[in-house]
Amino acid sequence: MSNPFPLEKDGLLEAYRRMKTIREFEERLHVDFGRGDIPGFVHLYAGEEAAGVGIMMHLQDHDRIASTHRGHGHCIAKGVDVKGMMAEIYGKATGSCAGKGGSMHIADLSKGMMGANGILGAGAPLVCGAALAAQKLGHDGVGITFFGDGASNQGTVLESMNLAAIWNLPAIFVVENNGYAESTSVDYAVASDSYVDRATGFGMPGITVDGTDFFAVYEAAGEVVKRAREGGGPTLLECKMIRFFGHFEGDAQTYRAPGENEDNRKNRDCLKIFRAKVTEAGVLNDAELDAIDAEVMTLIEDAVAEAKAAPLPTPADLTTDVYVSY
Amino acid sequence: MARTLSMKDAINEALDQEMTRDPTVIMMGEDIVGGAGAAGEDDAWGGVLGVSKGLYHKHPKQMIDTPLSESAYVGAAIGAATCGLRPVAELMFIDFMGVCLDQIYNQAAKFRYMFGGKAETPVVIRAMCGAGFRAAAQHSQMLTPIFTHIPGLKVVCPSNAYDTKGLLIQAIRDNDPVIFLEHKNLYASECDVPEEPYAIPFGEASIAREGSDVTIVTYGLMVPNSLAAAETLKKEGIDVEVIDLRTLSPIDMDTVIESVENTGRLVCVDEANPRCSIATDISANVAQDAFGALKAPIEMVTAPHSPVPFSPALEDLYIPSPDRIAAAVRKTMGA
Ligand SMILES: Cc1ncc(C[n+]2csc(CCOP(=O)(O)OP(=O)(O)O)c2C)c(N)n1
Ligand SMILES: [Mg+2]
Repeated sequence: MSNPFPLEKDGLLEAYRRMKTIREFEERLHVDFGRGDIPGFVHLYAGEEAAGVGIMMHLQDHDRIASTHRGHGHCIAKGVDVKGMMAEIYGKATGSCAGKGGSMHIADLSKGMMGANGILGAGAPLVCGAALAAQKLGHDGVGITFFGDGASNQGTVLESMNLAAIWNLPAIFVVENNGYAESTSVDYAVASDSYVDRATGFGMPGITVDGTDFFAVYEAAGEVVKRAREGGGPTLLECKMIRFFGHFEGDAQTYRAPGENEDNRKNRDCLKIFRAKVTEAGVLNDAELDAIDAEVMTLIEDAVAEAKAAPLPTPADLTTDVYVSY
Repeated sequence: MARTLSMKDAINEALDQEMTRDPTVIMMGEDIVGGAGAAGEDDAWGGVLGVSKGLYHKHPKQMIDTPLSESAYVGAAIGAATCGLRPVAELMFIDFMGVCLDQIYNQAAKFRYMFGGKAETPVVIRAMCGAGFRAAAQHSQMLTPIFTHIPGLKVVCPSNAYDTKGLLIQAIRDNDPVIFLEHKNLYASECDVPEEPYAIPFGEASIAREGSDVTIVTYGLMVPNSLAAAETLKKEGIDVEVIDLRTLSPIDMDTVIESVENTGRLVCVDEANPRCSIATDISANVAQDAFGALKAPIEMVTAPHSPVPFSPALEDLYIPSPDRIAAAVRKTMGA
């Protein structure tokens, strides 16, 4: 049977592996957080995997992304080490940021991952900077900022869209529209019905895709990234998606309609949708995907075990990495 | 009638009573009601930690959920304050102040002076501050000195539920912009709080504990930590006075000076970063105005000059502990 997909078998398996890794990473955090093993705030990306992976499959290390408070998925999709991430979330010295950042601040500059962020909208100007650097340094890197429907109302985002447009920056503005900002609906908080209209207002193309469909995201992102690389300037890409868990762990989610979460899990699970598409087309089979599932489970299990066993930062670490001690 | 109330409930009660008393008092912020435009329950959140839960049903016209646009809604609160409303704008975490700082420090703070006394800006900006929540570098700061630095702003940071209620009511009735800072690790702390509304005037410190050997001057979460240190030191025969500043602008230096003149020793305890802090400010004032009374160099116990680390192992070292405070007190005693 011929392959109707824009990726060869290897690419499809890789995309599935990344999505599954994100899913199991988040499912595991949900359990461990509930048990009290994990300190602080944790915002899970489960349900949204197809968006992050669909975009990141087009990127290399010299392409920069700025993530959000809901950053684990972006990190994994961009190739940040899963064990380092887990150790970071556990506050260990072996973490991606030596235990100093935590879930909301995981970064790996060597992978082009400029950081999860605790401040909504903060990534948009930073990514204009990344795109400006690519432009001035003369390489074909792009900058991608992710932000939610809620954060799309930050002044920094709107200012950055204008900046990127007038400077024709290789910057991409990805709205991850999961319908809610904390408990507030996008219908209440965002005046325009269409992000495409917003993009038009800023003089850039806008595209809306079904963020639960990996292939829809992958195709749209391919176009957008190519245009940015070739000097065609910025684009806004809206991914409509589903957040499986609460805003953060501990959110009772009474703002949702009854049955909403169950319905989402059943009918709008991007991993199930992906599996159905590739197996029905006969390009991949269940056994191949199940094998990845098993490998991912082992990876997550090992990551947690290693994180738990890892050493804590030492007292001296409190005042390192900051240029004035006082 | 007093009954035991948590700081969180004291805030809720103060807001409730002031919105009842004065319909021009409105509250705005992100998810302070919750569920706006969504299919489920309304009043779904009542704020990220449930501080304003229930207020929407009592004051539906006075409770406004905002988009995630701090610059716009905090600025709108400030503008509305100059036009007949008394808004209380909630910024979830003080760390988000950077997003809307211009509206606060160039606009609200300066109107009265810059317009030759013709403008009043009765706005309250509430925010959670402080470390200890494992919330990392961008959700854990104190930042108090940033606001005390600005002429025209009043700055409040209470340490207990009783003061919180009285100071918040005063803040709402005050005609100047007030930055009202609530330490998130004090929300659950309880004490007796009268049911009826009452206002505590700004610029009056309270003496949280009387003592004759050493004066500790502090505020916020560092009050209970200093009181804990004082208990330890009591067993060693050191009698510590703890002054709770309550408001940082205006600041009650008279009470501080009077105490230092009695004890001759001063320890300033501040959860903010050390440079140009509340601790350095108090120290400088005392060195200038009560130098002759000092029997020992002034000690300061503060957070280190670093961002707030995530790892609990580091965050616990970041926050000035009763042990560190006690050690500083002993030092002033020559011990
Ligand atoms: C400047 C700023 N304001 C408020 C917050 C608190 N906050 C964190 S996440 C969030 C909701 C974000 O919603 P959205 O942008 O839609 O992203 P989602 O959580 O849905 O992924 C809020 C209000 C913050 N971190 N930074
Ligand atoms: Mg959202």
